[in-house]
Amino acid sequence: MREFTYHKAHDVAGAVALLGADPEARFLGGGTNLVDLMKNGVERPSRLIDVRDLPLDRIEATEDGGLRIGATVTNSDLAAHPDVRRRYPALAQAVLAGASGQLRNMATVGGNLLQRTRCGYFTDVSRPCNKRRPGSGCPAVHGVHHNHAILGASEHCVAVHPSDMGVALAAFDAQVTYETADGSGRLPLADFYLPVGDTPHRETALPPGALITGVELPPVPVAAHSRYRKVRERASYAFAIGSVAAALDVRDGVVHDVRLAFGAVASRPWRARTAEQALTGARAGADAFAAAADAELAEARPLPDNGYKVTLMRNLVVAVLTELAEEAAR
Amino acid sequence: MESAPSPTSSTITLHINGEKHTLSVDHRTTLLDALRERLDLTGTKKGCDHGQCGACTVLIDGRRAVSCLQLAVAAEGREITTIEGLADGERLHPVQQAFLDLDGFQCGYCTPGQICSAVAMIEEHAAGWPSAATEDVRPEAGPPPLTAEEIRERMSGNLCRCGAYVSIVQAVARAAESAGQDGAERTTTGEEAAA
Amino acid sequence: MTTTTTRTPFRGRTGTAHTRVEGREKVTGAARYAGEIPFADLAHGWLVLSTVARGRIRSIETEPVLAMPGVLAVLHHENAPRLNTDYVGLLGKPDPTWAVFQHDRVPHLGWPVALVVAETSEQAREAAEALVVHYDQEPHDIDFSPARTDTVPGEGFVPATTEKGDLEAELAASAFVVDAEYTTPEEHHSMMEPHAATARWDGGRLEVVDSNQGAFWVVGELANLFSLDPASVRVVSEHVGGGFGSKGVRAHQVAAVMAATELQRPVRVVMTRRQMFYLTGYRSPTVQRVRLGADADGRLRALEHHSLSLTSAVHDFVEPSTMPSRVMYDADAHHTAHRLLRLNVPTPTYMRAPGEAPGSFALECAIDELAEKAGLDPIELRLRNEPERGPVSGLPFTSRNLAACFREGARRFGWADRDPRPGVRREGRWLLGTGTAAGSFAAGAGPSTATVTAEADGTFTVRIGAADIGTGARTALTLIAADALEVPPERIRTHIGDSAFGRAMIAGGSQGTRSWAWAVRTAAAELRERLALGADIPPEGITVRSDTTAAVAALAEKERHSYGAQFAEVAVDVTTGEVRVRRMLGIFAAGTIVNPLTARSQLVGGMIWGISMALHEEAVRDAASGGLYGPDLVGYHVPTHADVPLVEADWVDDHDPEDPIGIKGIGEVGIVGTAAAVANAVWHATGVRHRHLPIRPDRVLQAAAEVPHA
Repeated sequence: MREFTYHKAHDVAGAVALLGADPEARFLGGGTNLVDLMKNGVERPSRLIDVRDLPLDRIEATEDGGLRIGATVTNSDLAAHPDVRRRYPALAQAVLAGASGQLRNMATVGGNLLQRTRCGYFTDVSRPCNKRRPGSGCPAVHGVHHNHAILGASEHCVAVHPSDMGVALAAFDAQVTYETADGSGRLPLADFYLPVGDTPHRETALPPGALITGVELPPVPVAAHSRYRKVRERASYAFAIGSVAAALDVRDGVVHDVRLAFGAVASRPWRARTAEQALTGARAGADAFAAAADAELAEARPLPDNGYKVTLMRNLVVAVLTELAEEAAR
Repeated sequence: MESAPSPTSSTITLHINGEKHTLSVDHRTTLLDALRERLDLTGTKKGCDHGQCGACTVLIDGRRAVSCLQLAVAAEGREITTIEGLADGERLHPVQQAFLDLDGFQCGYCTPGQICSAVAMIEEHAAGWPSAATEDVRPEAGPPPLTAEEIRERMSGNLCRCGAYVSIVQAVARAAESAGQDGAERTTTGEEAAA
Repeated sequence: MTTTTTRTPFRGRTGTAHTRVEGREKVTGAARYAGEIPFADLAHGWLVLSTVARGRIRSIETEPVLAMPGVLAVLHHENAPRLNTDYVGLLGKPDPTWAVFQHDRVPHLGWPVALVVAETSEQAREAAEALVVHYDQEPHDIDFSPARTDTVPGEGFVPATTEKGDLEAELAASAFVVDAEYTTPEEHHSMMEPHAATARWDGGRLEVVDSNQGAFWVVGELANLFSLDPASVRVVSEHVGGGFGSKGVRAHQVAAVMAATELQRPVRVVMTRRQMFYLTGYRSPTVQRVRLGADADGRLRALEHHSLSLTSAVHDFVEPSTMPSRVMYDADAHHTAHRLLRLNVPTPTYMRAPGEAPGSFALECAIDELAEKAGLDPIELRLRNEPERGPVSGLPFTSRNLAACFREGARRFGWADRDPRPGVRREGRWLLGTGTAAGSFAAGAGPSTATVTAEADGTFTVRIGAADIGTGARTALTLIAADALEVPPERIRTHIGDSAFGRAMIAGGSQGTRSWAWAVRTAAAELRERLALGADIPPEGITVRSDTTAAVAALAEKERHSYGAQFAEVAVDVTTGEVRVRRMLGIFAAGTIVNPLTARSQLVGGMIWGISMALHEEAVRDAASGGLYGPDLVGYHVPTHADVPLVEADWVDDHDPEDPIGIKGIGEVGIVGTAAAVANAVWHATGVRHRHLPIRPDRVLQAAAEVPHA
């Protein structure tokens, strides 16, 4: 780990000013990903700007009836918040499905959105990786890719985004707010993560030097009836091999509203809009759920060793939507 | 923060187990290494150094955290409790006592982390926090009972390679129960534990 | 508790639960492990591992690193002290994997190429990461495949092959035949405490504070390597955060001694979790083929068990996976064979139940498949094949209470109510099934010495070079001594983990407690006799020393084993591939149980290793680099709390009549057969045989797709 200077920021403008335009400086939140990557040599910042104590630790109602979640709200506080649990239960479940109690107490909302892939080539600096060292190649395509992307990847990178929280946020049309030296801005989560293409090292659409200040959730009535299901290779404290955030509103047997997002299948939380469109107005039932999943997964391009994810995601969509439909019927 | 002797290290004051410790730290020093290498508080263990095992769990401002991913310099001003700070003099914390009585450990290396984690976890549960094992997370559903399944999920950030999980869960359940009974004391001897 | 010694009959503590004598230290954080003993003027060493899998070190750019803050030295093959590797140690010839920095050749990725020593660990780490090493890379070979023609006979601690009878003839004459291939992956010990050693010279004596499974063993290896008089080397290893076979001599102790020698100050080397995956040994993957042939009534006519394992290019280690077949079942034709493939990988080593763990998976799954074919209950099939004598050795068993384990286990597990049909029980999204398997592990003893001292204050001090790696040995030995002295255990202080206490068996092979207890009991019993003569105790106390070498050597050659019957219930969601173990029961015949509290913990821990082996553990190698993919505790899964249900272990009466206490050893038998019981339960739940471990979600999903009814 390289030596670095440390600066504690006390307000947002100060944090942004401290970072400046220094490409070797990093904001430090909970540190659960950044310090890990520094120990692996993946990140070698020369300066850390500690933003943990910024006054961005509140969850409050927005004027339009949504929720504004500060960037330094911990994962634990997010998952424990009554409004989140009541109105966006899949978000609470997604956060609780991630990491461990200790890590959720440390990790922040802003940091969670910016966490890096756990691809084993990315975290091993002795191996090539286009995300870490642009142009060096992607060993996963012809190497170990058991838990890599089936959607939206490219020959340059097949890594998946590890966030659970982001999957629920994607399903609920969250917007990311940020601050730069030039003022504040916002990005829909759908546009927050950049397509992989041939630039996998460019991960987000945040302007250089931007500090995430929070996430805003619009009012999403259907989200009150939502669920997050995560499949992993052990029962807890592991990254997903596939996950689904789903919300469903069925009226008179017909899908009135549905939200669907996938985790661990792409370089970003994958909003399944094709499936949503196929379902909206359709008769709720296992056949329709399966057909919608198939429509979404038609563009899947599995690698030799991760084709199981196509089956897994299809089955998960059917299972979770069926559960939601059955609960609503009760 | 005190004046910095060099830009890559700082003199800080850490509040640990009710005591203040002023020391100069390399910014790279984690709280874990500061405890173990600088302050001779070696009860906090280094199992993986990457937040993947929970052996280094301490309480920061009352909440459990992995000290291996916490930079020491960034921990200034926070109240830190380590395994050394749990017992009340000679009287073990109920979680420690339950681990001892029910053999909630084998090699003992994950044990301080398990115990610190359990202490905080019992409070998280008492505060009504749901977990991934909670069937219905909506607040209207009320706080989930602390079943073995809930304990297992909530303690899953603490790996134990010896496989002491079964007795750890029993120990946590016993301690949580005694905490619920206003900390009713238990001081079984080794032989009584057999009964 | 009073300490009066009236004439009331003495009630022994062996067999009575007792909490760990060092338990209070461990729950308060007061117990210090190897990397936690303070030393004045301590320097920190950081190992640098090769990033290529085969080749030569062309050059190492030490100059820039030596100029970095705090850096004291960079040791590598051109400047490190020369080692003597021409000797045979306790477990054979030294493995070049830990005889570090002796030449420029690189035989595997992760080979130690340098040690950077600095004033602080942060400085050492940064300097180690900055060290540039140039290699002349050569093509590597890590292709572990049974199709290869360059395998060699696996001659290890047991013969590579055993053979009796005409296998093909007996198979041809069998009513039922099973012929299946089973594989197990590369598995890593992954104990929670990383390997750590601090070395220092003190007036011509070398002292190493270490975390190991045998201090006296490590002394022997270090003395040989550095050409020192063993009497001038002391290794201390008081608390050990898990070992499981991996904590012997490793690169860290050798490098620490080198650095301490060069710098003449204390040097500590602690491995990182990632380094542990390359430097501390592992269990070889196996490819096993089992062929069974049975009569119409289930009696075995033919048993063939072949196993292929791998080793490094520099040292042979055989995973003796057919060992279960050599003990568990006889057949008219009985063939077993180990073969070995030398590749550009680190040397594997002993890992909890070497041979027996992977071998029992293959054998006990094959037995379950045979039971299915023969239409027999799998327990009944096993009972019909209980041998009278060792199937290969022809020797008698000291005691073999496997049948009693199955009877008791079946009763408590509710086996009689089991519907043998697979794939017919459902609860919500879960298919349910139960499975069983047998296991055994060799019970042996090694020579040990011990001293017991009667102190002037009425207490007693036991000293033995034992290691408590989580087994509860310290507590067990305290109880043994108390009983032999006929005093309460509170009056005994037991000191272990110090080579100065003399030669002792290592904590390994399920033989530690048995071997040490023998020595402690012998010394304590003799001391009690002396005290009974009414001797006055001088201020320095009265000390009796024991040595069991002759007694152990006098043991008759017999089949000595612990046994176990394993039962598991699983739930499988074939739509997601998730498998959860719902409950598990193991009943063991493992000799005298000294301390039921810690013994149960150890057996349950072994069973959890079996769950782990069945469902989780798998190290994956990257073909292009030859290195491991994701070698850390995120990439390499051991079970969490949430993966482990109520696991119960208990035992039947069993006694080794030739051991003074009747101990057999319980460190390993808990894992043997467990993975098979889980796999057999997965079959019972889903109707699909999983012959490749771990039973990952993708494998379950794929199998479900191939078997429409599941």
